[in-house]
Amino acid sequence: MTASATRPGFKNPIIRWIDHRLPVFSYMDHELNEYPTPKNLNYMWNFGSLAGFMLVAMIATGIILAMHYTPDATLAFNSVEHIMRDVNYGWMLRYIHMNGATMFFIVVYIHIFRGLYYGSYKAPRELLWLLGVLIYVLMMATAFMGYVLPWGQMSFWGATVITNLFSAIPVVGESVVTWLWGGFAVDNPTLNRFFSLHYLLPFVIVAVVILHIIALHRFGSNNPLGIDMKGKQDSIPFHPYYTVKDSFGLGVFLIFYACIVFFCRTSSGEPDNYIPANPLATPAEIVPEWYFLPFYAILRSIPNKLAGVIAMFGAIVLLALVPWLDRSPVKSARFRPVYRYFFWLLLGDCFLLGFCGAHPPEGWYVVASRLGALYYYLHFLVIFPLLALFERPLPLPRSISEPVLKGGAISGAAAPARALPMEKA
Amino acid sequence: MRRPLLALLTAALIGTGANAIGGSGIALAAETQAPPELHWSFEGIFGTYDRAALARGFQVYKEICSACHSMNLMHYRNLQDIGFSADQVKEIAASVQVTDGPNDAGEMYERPGRPSDTFKPPFPNENAARAANNGALPPDLSLIVKARKGGADYVDGILTGFADPPADMKMAQGMNYNKYFPGHQIAMPPPLSDGAVTYPDGTKATVDQMASDMSNFLTWASEPKLEERHFIGVKSVLFLIVLTVLLYGVKRKIWAAVH
Repeated sequence: MTASATRPGFKNPIIRWIDHRLPVFSYMDHELNEYPTPKNLNYMWNFGSLAGFMLVAMIATGIILAMHYTPDATLAFNSVEHIMRDVNYGWMLRYIHMNGATMFFIVVYIHIFRGLYYGSYKAPRELLWLLGVLIYVLMMATAFMGYVLPWGQMSFWGATVITNLFSAIPVVGESVVTWLWGGFAVDNPTLNRFFSLHYLLPFVIVAVVILHIIALHRFGSNNPLGIDMKGKQDSIPFHPYYTVKDSFGLGVFLIFYACIVFFCRTSSGEPDNYIPANPLATPAEIVPEWYFLPFYAILRSIPNKLAGVIAMFGAIVLLALVPWLDRSPVKSARFRPVYRYFFWLLLGDCFLLGFCGAHPPEGWYVVASRLGALYYYLHFLVIFPLLALFERPLPLPRSISEPVLKGGAISGAAAPARALPMEKA
Repeated sequence: MRRPLLALLTAALIGTGANAIGGSGIALAAETQAPPELHWSFEGIFGTYDRAALARGFQVYKEICSACHSMNLMHYRNLQDIGFSADQVKEIAASVQVTDGPNDAGEMYERPGRPSDTFKPPFPNENAARAANNGALPPDLSLIVKARKGGADYVDGILTGFADPPADMKMAQGMNYNKYFPGHQIAMPPPLSDGAVTYPDGTKATVDQMASDMSNFLTWASEPKLEERHFIGVKSVLFLIVLTVLLYGVKRKIWAAVH
């Protein structure tokens, strides 16, 4: 309140009148124009706003698709084809939406790995990270239920397999699965509730994203050097600097996205999902969407259902615990000569697991997915804690504005041309 | 029926029963050749459909395939998109009798088809289709190109891939050998033979020609908006490239003071 009172700011009398009673304009001014942002953020920091863009794009296209879609087991498949054939630009909305899920996950995975590389989860940003993991889990649930809606073969059998995971819970498992299905098999009640939840969860995600942004703005962005802003010389206002940088990044991203939607052969998705759901015919291979494949590989790497399910969900829990598993006081991997290698190893491990998840569990793939799952767990439970004890971090620069002169930091500092001192500030 | 299936499936997923399902799938895939990759006019970012091939493909469908295969997602009106005139479409639709009703007296009645009707299916229901086809169900062709790995190449491969079975292969009763069908045993007898249709445009109706026309037609049926998609795609990407270059310029200008 005092902030809005002291700022002379707004020239437009209508804005002044509104702002005096409902300070939305001072709020935006505070969060965009005054909000200090490290001046050395590289392009890896674009992916947060891209994720926000994707969320809005998915909700916008999804609401229009829902106007033409029918969540009924006998009608769903044809209603999707009705969208593809008869609704004006329906094919475009649907391709934007279904490929949007892929885009959203690409963006979020880069966002997560950026956080892991630069230690963005460390104090005082632990809750920010936790909220991020929560968004990720909600996204996975939403994407899974959305994939069921076209009611093709892969929709149906994917839903059957994934919901069956809960039957691994001792004693109550079978009852839980029946409860999830709303019957004794995946059927019309399952489709109905999945549609309802698929419409609900994105708005829950919006709520958590708002919390995520509030938590972010408490201490501001981390940066490639992983050190705090020491004063005005280290920061620039978010607007116009990062609004324009994010807009440029969005442009590049949209070119890529448009090429996938309009030109890519795989934009139409899994062939089996163009065969209407048939409870009596199992597809030769049931493969989840690519963004679930690493978890799917972990699930299958253990020859015991319950243990496999625990290992799979555990993989996500470990991600949430990273702020407490990584005890190293240095944030950025740029100054952590050993962690840097393990980071790339973890990334490679996730690709390996994804590759194994896409193939039938036999022969070489079983061995590889077991090793992959083992490394995933070792990385979080052993390597993170041990590195804090044994790694000798490189000397940190004194401030963001100070040029980094010596030592191993040079190689790391080659990337951000922006980490140079401000000349005209 | 469903429970054991689920158990088997889950077992396969967790890995213990992997060979039960995954194993056989891989074995099949290894034996079955991939159909040859052909060049189609609709490929590439500027790809469009060959209208003449679509019209010929529709003729093959109407005269041969439609004896067993439905295309339930297609309406006669859709044919206007591939070059038939409104009158031609009316004529094609009117050539079939469809059941409509009930009328004011509460009775169903037959009437000539209208452009707004869907393609008339050859069988009233799945059981009738199976009964007439040795127990096999001829799949609906509306989405067949999207619903098969390999798309148009696969459809073309199946239509041209019939051959005599190898000497050591035992064929099941009523099955036919096909080079490109998973497992090689397909219930459909070779549907095409040279000269089976007479094209009004004078094109020679060889098996290869008809298979190619049919694959074109079925691709269009699966993706009727492909041309619009490519056209809008090119415009969108060009627009986005210009916009992004401008944004880069603005970004450089604004950040000049910081660098």
